Amino acid sequence: MENLLKVTIDGKSIEVPPGTTILQAARQLGGNYPPAMCYYSSLKDTGGKCRVCLVKVAQTSETNPRPMPKLVASCLTRVEQGMVVENQSSPEVLEARNGVVEFLLINHPLDCPVCDQAGECDLQNLSYEHGTEGTRYEEQRREFNKIDIGPYVQLHMTRCILCYRCVYAAEQLTDSRVHGVLNRGDVSEISTYIQNAIDKDFSGNIIDVCPVGALTDKTYRFKQRVWFSKPFNAHRSCAKCSGQTIAWMKGDAIIRITARKNAFGEVEDFICNECRFEHKQLSDWTIEGPRDMGEDSVISANKYELPVISPAVNVDAKFVSE
Amino acid sequence: MPFTSERLKQFEEIKKRYPEGRHKSALLPILHLVQEDHGWLPVAAMDEVAEVLDIKPIEVYEVATFYTMFHVKPVGKYVLEICRTGPCCLVGAENIIQYLKEKLNIEEGETTKDGLFTLKPVECLASCGTGPVLQIGPDYKYHEHLTIEKIDSLIDELRSKG
Amino acid sequence: MKILLEHIDKPGIQSIDGYIKNGGYRSVEKALKQLSPDQLVEEVKTSGLRGRGGAGFPTGMKWSFLDKKSDKPKYLVCNADESEPGTFKDRYLMEHIPHLLIEGMIVSSFALTAKTSYIYVRGEMMYIIRILEKAIAEAYAKGYLGKNILGSGYDLDLYVQAGGGAYICGEETALLESLEGKRGNPRNKPPFPAVWGLYGCPTVVNNVETIAAVPWIVNNGGAAYAGIGIGKSTGTKLISACGNINKPGVYEIELGLPVEEFIYSETYCGGIANGRELKAVVAGGSSVPILPKNLILKTANQDARLMSYESLSDGGFISGTMLGSGGFIVFDDQSCIVRNLWNFTRFYHHESCGQCSPCREGTGWMEKVLHRIEHGHGKLTDIDLLVDVAKKIEGKTICPLGEAAAWPVASAIRHFRDEFEAHVRNPESCNARHLHFETAMSH
Repeated sequence: MENLLKVTIDGKSIEVPPGTTILQAARQLGGNYPPAMCYYSSLKDTGGKCRVCLVKVAQTSETNPRPMPKLVASCLTRVEQGMVVENQSSPEVLEARNGVVEFLLINHPLDCPVCDQAGECDLQNLSYEHGTEGTRYEEQRREFNKIDIGPYVQLHMTRCILCYRCVYAAEQLTDSRVHGVLNRGDVSEISTYIQNAIDKDFSGNIIDVCPVGALTDKTYRFKQRVWFSKPFNAHRSCAKCSGQTIAWMKGDAIIRITARKNAFGEVEDFICNECRFEHKQLSDWTIEGPRDMGEDSVISANKYELPVISPAVNVDAKFVSE
Repeated sequence: MPFTSERLKQFEEIKKRYPEGRHKSALLPILHLVQEDHGWLPVAAMDEVAEVLDIKPIEVYEVATFYTMFHVKPVGKYVLEICRTGPCCLVGAENIIQYLKEKLNIEEGETTKDGLFTLKPVECLASCGTGPVLQIGPDYKYHEHLTIEKIDSLIDELRSKG
Repeated sequence: MKILLEHIDKPGIQSIDGYIKNGGYRSVEKALKQLSPDQLVEEVKTSGLRGRGGAGFPTGMKWSFLDKKSDKPKYLVCNADESEPGTFKDRYLMEHIPHLLIEGMIVSSFALTAKTSYIYVRGEMMYIIRILEKAIAEAYAKGYLGKNILGSGYDLDLYVQAGGGAYICGEETALLESLEGKRGNPRNKPPFPAVWGLYGCPTVVNNVETIAAVPWIVNNGGAAYAGIGIGKSTGTKLISACGNINKPGVYEIELGLPVEEFIYSETYCGGIANGRELKAVVAGGSSVPILPKNLILKTANQDARLMSYESLSDGGFISGTMLGSGGFIVFDDQSCIVRNLWNFTRFYHHESCGQCSPCREGTGWMEKVLHRIEHGHGKLTDIDLLVDVAKKIEGKTICPLGEAAAWPVASAIRHFRDEFEAHVRNPESCNARHLHFETAMSH
């Protein structure tokens, strides 16, 4: 590797190739990397909007030791040689982040008890880390009607934080985008404008990229709290996508199919609508084994018991032997 | 609602202002013309604009709903776009808006029963030294230094034009 | 000293013949035949001309950032989206002397090696668009635009683009998005337009008044321009004066004019209207901090406050403000600071593009709290809440609309906190004229 750039984040240093953003470098370093509610590494042009990933650049570069005048979006700001970044170590950053979280919450309905996303919601996690118990917001909250956009997806706009991920996902993964952001300011909304179904193939991925419960899977609606279901890596042979998914099970029944997400909560391999919505029979899938959701996930509170499911013929031999 | 051949010719002229492959730039100028024809922007017309520019219909809706000049719902024949921003208020815009509401018997954003007038308060029109001000499409002529007397004669004139 | 408006009252100045009769288009001859693009950039650098849209960034430096080595086309885009409350100078200039802008566009485009340029005019000014289109057609007919201008070998096409009603398109990257036929969502920067602008090509975006100053600089030299004004505030500036004054209008001043003279002289504002007293001024368009009478007339050090970038910002935001766009809004002693601030926050709430969270959510929050205070439902804690919300927007957003929304709130409370408290304690006590609404109605 030539020309690696050294960047120091919260006192820890790492060398990264040119073009790497602060957020990517911080993720490589591990630990307390900045959160991201709009940036999505596998979707082009995302980022810069939610502002939760703001960090302080205390030193721009080796040759330019001045700090950057404002906090910067770590998801878009590229590392320079000798850059010094403060994330968790900067009270200014934490104050700004708490402020952004407060902004994201003032018009959020906080209806987690009846939201299918609860338990795997980025906003829930973020407010746990950066929110306060009470609210200073006394004004009326913004509300929208729930809309069924097609047979598979429900849009609950009141919960939306306008990250634009679903717009980029539809643009980049499906053959024709029929929804977008309409209106402007705090009455902006995700919409098809006319009653148009979002049913193009691969459109189901908008559910997985949504950081909150604004886009939920109608085939899974109110089926189960996620932490009462058990995720398993599963696959099937599919002509349209890799067929590599997570099968969410309750007892012997598959109650939901999602794409697999990496440690940063991002889908790396988007799946087709057929795999996601139309194969809920155990016999449709080869179950590979329990999905590691990471220690922090509420979903990991579950205990897996062996044998996991029957009939065992579907269980990957490798898993059984382990 | 197909466009007239004259309009289509105009659209092609507008598209020539931009480099090859950048015809989406023509969207705002074209939407202004479409609104001139219909008084507002019906979905069918926006869909045809999408075809003219070879873009997705949603791209037209996204733009039409962003900019305040575009009416995405039917409006009165005369949309009274009156400035409500600070400098105009310092010289009496709030009085004029209140007077218009009473005179036309409508609230902000509403249309009179005869379909003639819509009252639409707007933000600063860059007429702060000549306020209060309102303008009416499609030529968007500025009516400045508004007084109650001027409003009376303007409304009378528009009513008689019908 | 008049540079931009020198010939504004000459008969026929709106037409190209009248304009040429008064010395118009001389700079095109000189620039295209005698000077190189780089020499022009140097001349503008020497002039010290600063962006007249509000930010005051040195124009020559902005021009020199343009990535001329790129093999992509270069663009010059004129920002005629004048929408900052209190500002109406560009409209005045384009209406009365449109060829000055066209001449400036030709010379500036040549300096930037642009072959296609656009003037982005806010859509509400449809009649200005017609005036500019007519002026451009005249310029083509006389050979100042099109192929091989004046036999120089330089080609330029110039178009007018209509906006659709969005203050945010005055922000240069939102303007470029809009010109590309999209929603006016500002872009994250870097990259700046000089590298990645219109259609991803190197682009300069300049305000109308900035471009209109270029012909004089070309004709008379950058040094001559730098000799006008005071310190780093060189040249002249158009000031849009409005509010409670006797003579609202657009005035061209030499930078460095005392604020007091500007407000009270018969040459300019002619004093406060209706025999009332001066209370406060927003000196540079609604976005800049409001200053009470004592601080707008004199700095905290008791020096006379001058109409210049430096003097107006003297004291930082504790006791100073900004020249901004030159939108000079004067408040008399019967105007209500709280009501005006509520009005301004409603403006920013309405104009937020909604793309980034602090601005989308914060502008609406501030408006709602101020609405409560203004309408008699405020609490004393609301005042500090406003200051805190403003602070959490400022500096956290994609574009400067965040600051534009936050500064008026922070400054109004800084200088007029007692008025906010009085509104909370006893809303009826406000003696501003809006509360005497019924009696003010003349019908």
